[in-house]
Amino acid sequence: MTTLFTILFDGVAYGMLLFVLACGLAVTLGLMNFVNLAHGAFAMTGGYICAVLVNQQGWGFFAALPLAFVVSAVIGVALERTLYRHLYTRSHLDQVLFSIGLTFMSVAAVDYIMGSSRVFIKLPAALEGQIDLFGVGIGRYRLMIVVICGLLTLALQLILAKTRFGSRLRAAVDDPRAAIGLGINVPQVFAFTFAFGCGLAGLGGALSAEILGLDPYFPLKFMIYFLIVVTVGGSSSITGPFLASLLLGIADVAGKYYVPKMGPFVIYTVMIVILLWRPNGLFGRTAAR
Amino acid sequence: MFNRRNMLLAASTAVVAGLVAGAPARAEDTVKIGLIVPMTGGQASTGKQIDNAIKLYMQQHGDTVAGKKIEVILKDDAAVPDNTKRLAQELIVNDKVNFIAGFGVTPAALAAAPLATQGKVPEIVMAAGTSIITERSPYIVRTSFTLAQSSTIIADWAVKNGIKKVATLTSDYAPGNDALNFFKQNFTAGGGEIVEEVKVPLANPDFAPFLQRMKDSKPDAMFVFVPAGQGGNFMKQYAERGLDKTGIKVIGPGDVTDDDLLNNMGDAVLGTVTAHLYSAAHPSQMNKDFVTAYKKAFNNRPGFMAVGGYDGIHLIYEALKKTNGDTNGDKLIEAMKGMKWESPRGPISIDPDTRDIVQNIYIRKVEKVDGELYNVEFATFEAVKDSGKTKK
Amino acid sequence: MTAPSDVSTSAMASARWRPSEFAFWILVLACAFLFPSRYLIMTDILRLALFAMSLDLILGYAGIVSLGHAAFFGVGAYSAGLLALHGIINEPVIALVAAGLVATVLGFLTSFLVIRGVDLTRLMVTLGIALLLEALAERFSNITGGTDGLQGIEMQPILGMFAFDMFGKTGFFYSLIVLFLMFLLARRVVHSPFGLSLRAIKNNPLRAAAIGVPVNRRLIAIYTLAAFYAGIAGALFTQTTALASLDVFAFERSADLMLVLVIGGTGYLYGGLIGAVVFKMLQELFQTITPQYWLFWIGLVLIVIVMLGRERIHRWVLFVPNLIIRQLFGRKAVVAVPESDAS
Repeated sequence: MTTLFTILFDGVAYGMLLFVLACGLAVTLGLMNFVNLAHGAFAMTGGYICAVLVNQQGWGFFAALPLAFVVSAVIGVALERTLYRHLYTRSHLDQVLFSIGLTFMSVAAVDYIMGSSRVFIKLPAALEGQIDLFGVGIGRYRLMIVVICGLLTLALQLILAKTRFGSRLRAAVDDPRAAIGLGINVPQVFAFTFAFGCGLAGLGGALSAEILGLDPYFPLKFMIYFLIVVTVGGSSSITGPFLASLLLGIADVAGKYYVPKMGPFVIYTVMIVILLWRPNGLFGRTAAR
Repeated sequence: MFNRRNMLLAASTAVVAGLVAGAPARAEDTVKIGLIVPMTGGQASTGKQIDNAIKLYMQQHGDTVAGKKIEVILKDDAAVPDNTKRLAQELIVNDKVNFIAGFGVTPAALAAAPLATQGKVPEIVMAAGTSIITERSPYIVRTSFTLAQSSTIIADWAVKNGIKKVATLTSDYAPGNDALNFFKQNFTAGGGEIVEEVKVPLANPDFAPFLQRMKDSKPDAMFVFVPAGQGGNFMKQYAERGLDKTGIKVIGPGDVTDDDLLNNMGDAVLGTVTAHLYSAAHPSQMNKDFVTAYKKAFNNRPGFMAVGGYDGIHLIYEALKKTNGDTNGDKLIEAMKGMKWESPRGPISIDPDTRDIVQNIYIRKVEKVDGELYNVEFATFEAVKDSGKTKK
Repeated sequence: MTAPSDVSTSAMASARWRPSEFAFWILVLACAFLFPSRYLIMTDILRLALFAMSLDLILGYAGIVSLGHAAFFGVGAYSAGLLALHGIINEPVIALVAAGLVATVLGFLTSFLVIRGVDLTRLMVTLGIALLLEALAERFSNITGGTDGLQGIEMQPILGMFAFDMFGKTGFFYSLIVLFLMFLLARRVVHSPFGLSLRAIKNNPLRAAAIGVPVNRRLIAIYTLAAFYAGIAGALFTQTTALASLDVFAFERSADLMLVLVIGGTGYLYGGLIGAVVFKMLQELFQTITPQYWLFWIGLVLIVIVMLGRERIHRWVLFVPNLIIRQLFGRKAVVAVPESDAS
């Protein structure tokens, strides 16, 4: 019984991590209708920033996390202003071609600068090991992930629903032309949103180094996972991808524990079945885009 | 702003250049080595270590042997066997290489085997570790290791040291299965019991659920084989799950504590016992020089893959010395058979019957030396042959 | 264009062979004799071209996007490998067709999953199918050899006469003939009324349905046909390399395919062929220059292509051939402007 809870907890932590990594993608795809396959590259950037700061500059892990966010966001906004901006109106195929190109470049560049070996981030002792809660083993690191990611999700939801920026963003997405007419600076809103999504990815990358492993091929390896989260969850809200991430995390961990031989079948089958049942994702809008 | 017309011109010339390139005239006094290793993709660090080690060796020993200039042609196969095959074929047919070398993974080494036979070109396997490889062509010589070598030794060691119940966690591909089977064979023969057997997919992001299974089966120790790059993540999650506190020790072939990554794995690895062919802490003068030179040149500690490459190129040099620069494939293979030398890993030789490597296997424990983590050797099994050959 | 009297005359008019097409195939054949030392890479290009043509059939003509086309390639590859390994069908040509048919069956079965949904859903469903097959192939390692792939495939001579040689000459001409025949078939299909109805569906499914085109049945038909093409490409792969390993299903293969087709342009059949040549050549060139970091330069080229715009690049590339044709034939011949680029 306690094992069941441990598995459940691990699944939730894994799912939360996937959410932070993928929610920027959900934003660009759902809100801006841009297929950004280079999303993983921003996550990798965050991971490496954190690793360099902690391992080489001697920063604390918690001090480095915000910086991973900031640097990824800055790089994100720079690229948005120079490159991405020109592609919003182009076809999805062009966007795919462009973002895969960007991913390739980031992979090779990181390989060149940092080497191809895996990188680990030195963790503070407080995050190592497990704590025992009523007989249920809870990994400290995973607990931290759940807390951070849970808070982030709440904050995101609040920003989107309650703040002025949130309503502007929703307006810009629903009908950019009408939004411009109302005096909303749509390009600015998009740039800011894009940067925020990249920042989140960077933070996720820094957090995931411990669990998923960080090497230059990160963006290619996990691109599929991000896409699964976004398509299964539907890309029209934050809740959809969030629940999809949790579902995916729990299904993956539980699947591996209870039927280790079935391995990756669980995830792919679940995904195909869900997409057949609800082609726009579990929580997607019903109208086809 | 760049000149767009020029770029287009460059692109079209590139197309033609791409086709024409690759067939330069062959000079009689050079010996060409086609080095095919993964330089991109998940196995890239293997390729880079081998490439580095070869560069280092050639720096130290010069690039001429027996009056011939050595030329290494590096190719990236990204560990995809059809690339390997095409590259090997082109190297043999077009570049007229005298050796093909490298091979990061077993399928790649096997894909090139028929070409080595047809072209009578020695194939020096510097990384891939499945037993069958050398049986696939009489022109294959290996300077890395086989998993049978280390797995049987660690099984014998476990039996002798009072480990009764073992849970196994191995990657689900040929080397992993080799490791598992040879361990099981010797361990159960010695009276041990396997309480849990988990095979993890090769591309596997999260070890947590598998580790939980290990923990629940309450073994005395867990036998682990994962490819070198994944060892770090495995050990980190092993610690995170608190398995180090429960007294379940990790044993296995040394891939999991590869020197390349060991120092960053954290203190959880302390006390891990592995059997392997090479440790950067091997206490010989030759190894100390090798490690220092490698660190100086590439700012990283050499792992066993680097040693495989270093010995591979040494073997090529020595074989050429013996044939006096003759590059006939049969003569080279003859020259390599039974060759003995001192490597950074210790004394090694090439088995004249199987063309596979014979080497010492060391039992090592991870300890802190001068503030860094090292595999410290404490027992030696001398001149271990590969016991995994089907034809005995 | 003047108003056509009926559908079939219009189809026939556009189906006429243009001089530029003859020139293209003569050039291809010429390459075979110009670069005798490069048969292997050229065989690789031909396989990729056939594979890309398969994707073009569904993407360029029917508007179905797929990120999992390697599923059919892989099934074709493993079928051909298993047929040869166990000596079930020894003759390569028959085995090729048989392997293609296996992929066709799979294509037919999965087509029902794919015709539903919007672009993104299709991308992910196709991707999911390919990944699922890869996982299956890994799981049933007693049949497929798992991560190590099928080992020990030995190919019999083609038609009992032409043995596969080490230099890849037989393999090259074999692939070239297969590609050309498949191209003729595809050309016939896309210029038929069936092909025209596909374009109607691509442009506007609702309108197509309104004028009486059975949309779903047409989509199923073309998807199944594309699966056959991909299966043949996969079987060619196994037969010319004597290898089949898990990476035939890999996501990278499907993604590369997409790049190839987008570079070459969709919807005029030659896009896949040209894209395959350009992509492989660039890859080969960059790999020769820098075996470690070639990905960077490929990425840069992709970005430059997108930023400049594919239309513009195609115009430049076609500038010289068009000039020549105008001089020689004295008319305003336009060499194969990709349909997706037109207006």
